[in-house]
Amino acid sequence: MRRYARAPLVLMVVLLTVFALLFAACEPAEPDVEATAPTDNPWTEGEDLSGTEVEIFGAFVDTDAQNFQESMQPFIEQTGIEVRYEGSGDFEALITVRAEGADPPDIAAFPQPGLMYDLIEGGHVIDVLDFMDRDYLEQQYAEDWLAIAEHDGLMGGVWYRASVKSLVWYAKPLFEQEGYEIPETWDELVALSDQMVADGYNPWSIGIESAGATGWVATDWIEDIMLRTAPPEAYDDWVTGDLPFASDEIRRAVGYMSEIWLNEDYVLGGTTSILTVPFGDAINPLVMDPPRAAMHRQAQFIIAFLPEGVDVEIGEDLDFFYFPMIDEQYGEPVLTAGDVFGMMEDRPEVRAVMRYLTQGESTRAWLEYGGFVSPHEDTPLDWYPTDLDRGIAEIMLNADTVRFDASDMMPGAVGTGSFWTGMVDYIQGDDLDTVLQRIDDSWPDD
Amino acid sequence: MIEQVRNSRLAEIFAWTPLRIGVSLVVPVVTFLVLNWSFQFMRAAAAPRAVIAVVALVVGVGGVWALFLAMNQLVSQFPIRARDTLLPYVFVGPALVVLMVYIILPAVRTVSLSFMGRRGEEFIGLGNYVFALTDPGMIITLRNTGLWLLLVPAVAVTFGLLIAVIADRMSEFWERIAKSFIFMPMAISFVGASIIWRFIYFYQPAGFEQIGLLNAIWTYFGGDPIGWLTWRPWNNLFLIWIMIWMQTGFAMVILSAAVKGVPSALLDAARIDGAGEIRVFFNVIIPYVSGTILTVTTTILILVLKIFDVVFVMTSGQYQTGVVAFRMYQEAFIFRHFGRGSALATILFLAVLPIMIRNMKEMRARR
Repeated sequence: MRRYARAPLVLMVVLLTVFALLFAACEPAEPDVEATAPTDNPWTEGEDLSGTEVEIFGAFVDTDAQNFQESMQPFIEQTGIEVRYEGSGDFEALITVRAEGADPPDIAAFPQPGLMYDLIEGGHVIDVLDFMDRDYLEQQYAEDWLAIAEHDGLMGGVWYRASVKSLVWYAKPLFEQEGYEIPETWDELVALSDQMVADGYNPWSIGIESAGATGWVATDWIEDIMLRTAPPEAYDDWVTGDLPFASDEIRRAVGYMSEIWLNEDYVLGGTTSILTVPFGDAINPLVMDPPRAAMHRQAQFIIAFLPEGVDVEIGEDLDFFYFPMIDEQYGEPVLTAGDVFGMMEDRPEVRAVMRYLTQGESTRAWLEYGGFVSPHEDTPLDWYPTDLDRGIAEIMLNADTVRFDASDMMPGAVGTGSFWTGMVDYIQGDDLDTVLQRIDDSWPDD
Repeated sequence: MIEQVRNSRLAEIFAWTPLRIGVSLVVPVVTFLVLNWSFQFMRAAAAPRAVIAVVALVVGVGGVWALFLAMNQLVSQFPIRARDTLLPYVFVGPALVVLMVYIILPAVRTVSLSFMGRRGEEFIGLGNYVFALTDPGMIITLRNTGLWLLLVPAVAVTFGLLIAVIADRMSEFWERIAKSFIFMPMAISFVGASIIWRFIYFYQPAGFEQIGLLNAIWTYFGGDPIGWLTWRPWNNLFLIWIMIWMQTGFAMVILSAAVKGVPSALLDAARIDGAGEIRVFFNVIIPYVSGTILTVTTTILILVLKIFDVVFVMTSGQYQTGVVAFRMYQEAFIFRHFGRGSALATILFLAVLPIMIRNMKEMRARR
């Protein structure tokens, strides 16, 4: 009996030894010697870091992830540093778990600065000013962008992707057929909507369903209108919690939004549709034949959600105009969002990747694929592949004020919680004052 | 002879309580060290993930096994009486360590975090519990959880019992068919079932083709399409129905076995005494299977207390459909308020506890 019991023991030891040897054998092999030396590049400060690896974790997946990997290729070829990107739809939940569990990625691509602020406060993010000059960053990015990445006196990351939100998409054939003019003020926008109703069309298609994030479409509208009806300082105070939700500024912005949203004649399917239609499907009625709705306000990325199998030519069947200004004294502001890359592990090869990410060149492959706007100052406009992409980039460059999506910067309990839920409740008929008070109450005390 | 005396003396020494405790401590410590070492080793290793996964498997399964063999070897060197007293600890030790590390420690930490602030750093007393019981959003969440707890077990058990009794009277062929169909949802994961029901409840604006089953039927009879999942407070019932649909099969299978166990002599006696079928059902069958009914009800109750998946997939707690377990996830991982998340976890734990104790007593009594 004992003899048999010992045999597996020996087997175990043998197996463990074999695996230990395998480990040794699997050490990454030295890459082939390249034509250019791995030190001959602007990012590694003359060090040879080839063979090292940098892991980037972010929220974008599929085509976006491929395009990003493609954009890293020039860096990989010139430095020999392997850059590995991993994306997950559950980034928000996972990054917290990984940071708290002492298993952070080298670099995290935050789609929301608010999330990054939280991790900065938890001491998980490394200050990029440790190895980069502020002057250099000021030369690469507009001041508005740098201000957003800064938190607790620490530059939390570098900007990589910008997204312009102040766009209204419209069914161009319908506009041409009826001779509608592009509205340049809010009053013209409302007048146009009335005209469309009189002509028997649905002016607007709106849908805010987005699983756990349901409500963000509404908060985007409020933010965009806030920028048009209140000074930028009020907007900044609102983001930091110094201007309460239960204030005249916010009430006025919600009022403008309601003028369109709660008008059952304006919106295809009325409030039930607004609440139930997935945000990605809300563009569909514009590209149907004939169009079932004329206008849809959404960021540039919505074109990635166009239904497959429908032949839509951007610029012919579907085009965009700037979400019009409301009050002349606040000019033409732009609401943006973007991805900021924060550094969570400090190694020379990680610093090299961060340096690369501050340059427009690091976005080139993705930019040339389309649907991408680079926040880098050194990105030439003629890199953009289409008039559409260039047009959107120009809107951002020419804006009087650029502000970042407010809900993305508020504390999570508000920006990804009560603000969204509150807007959903309001659209479902809850009293506005109660809703705004509820949001204010949920603002964390500490 | 001398040998024998020595053995019995050794046995006495090992029967000495402090030593037994000592050995029972050594086993877990060694287990812990081995597991910890393997964990550190795997985390530090710069090998491909596939290799790490295989090693994890070998160390995880094989390492514990090897440890057990080694300890067994060691203990079997002792004289027979000492061996008998020590051996149980060798068996139980590793399991205790695993329980400790993966269940008891996290539970204790969760309870202590529930008295802490947002980041789990400063002590704030009962603040999180006050929030959980007074916040307007939380009150709706608690109301919904109450609805779930009331409706799912009650309706699922009622349906399950009715179907079990009715199926019992069918021919064997039809009984099998009927039971299979009703049991089938049990085989689907919560997420899978929720996706199926998302399609059933799907909404399109009026004038579009209704691809959701319910709206297709509704509009066929001339109604305007309804956003079932946004129609508060009724949307809660539409979510609860999914769970009932899934759990009725479970209740039916267990209750059916119990119903079949009612002695036919008892039923016949009741009928001879003049009881109608309804009377037989209420006065004979139900009292006879009441123990099973209670067990099934409590099992479903515990499941419903922890319900998360259905809400997550269908509405993500929007449109006032949140439940406690979902809110717990939201607070901890979306809002990153670990104190509140932990407080909600503790509340759930406290709510499950009496039911668990009741169930265990029941099981012990039956034994």
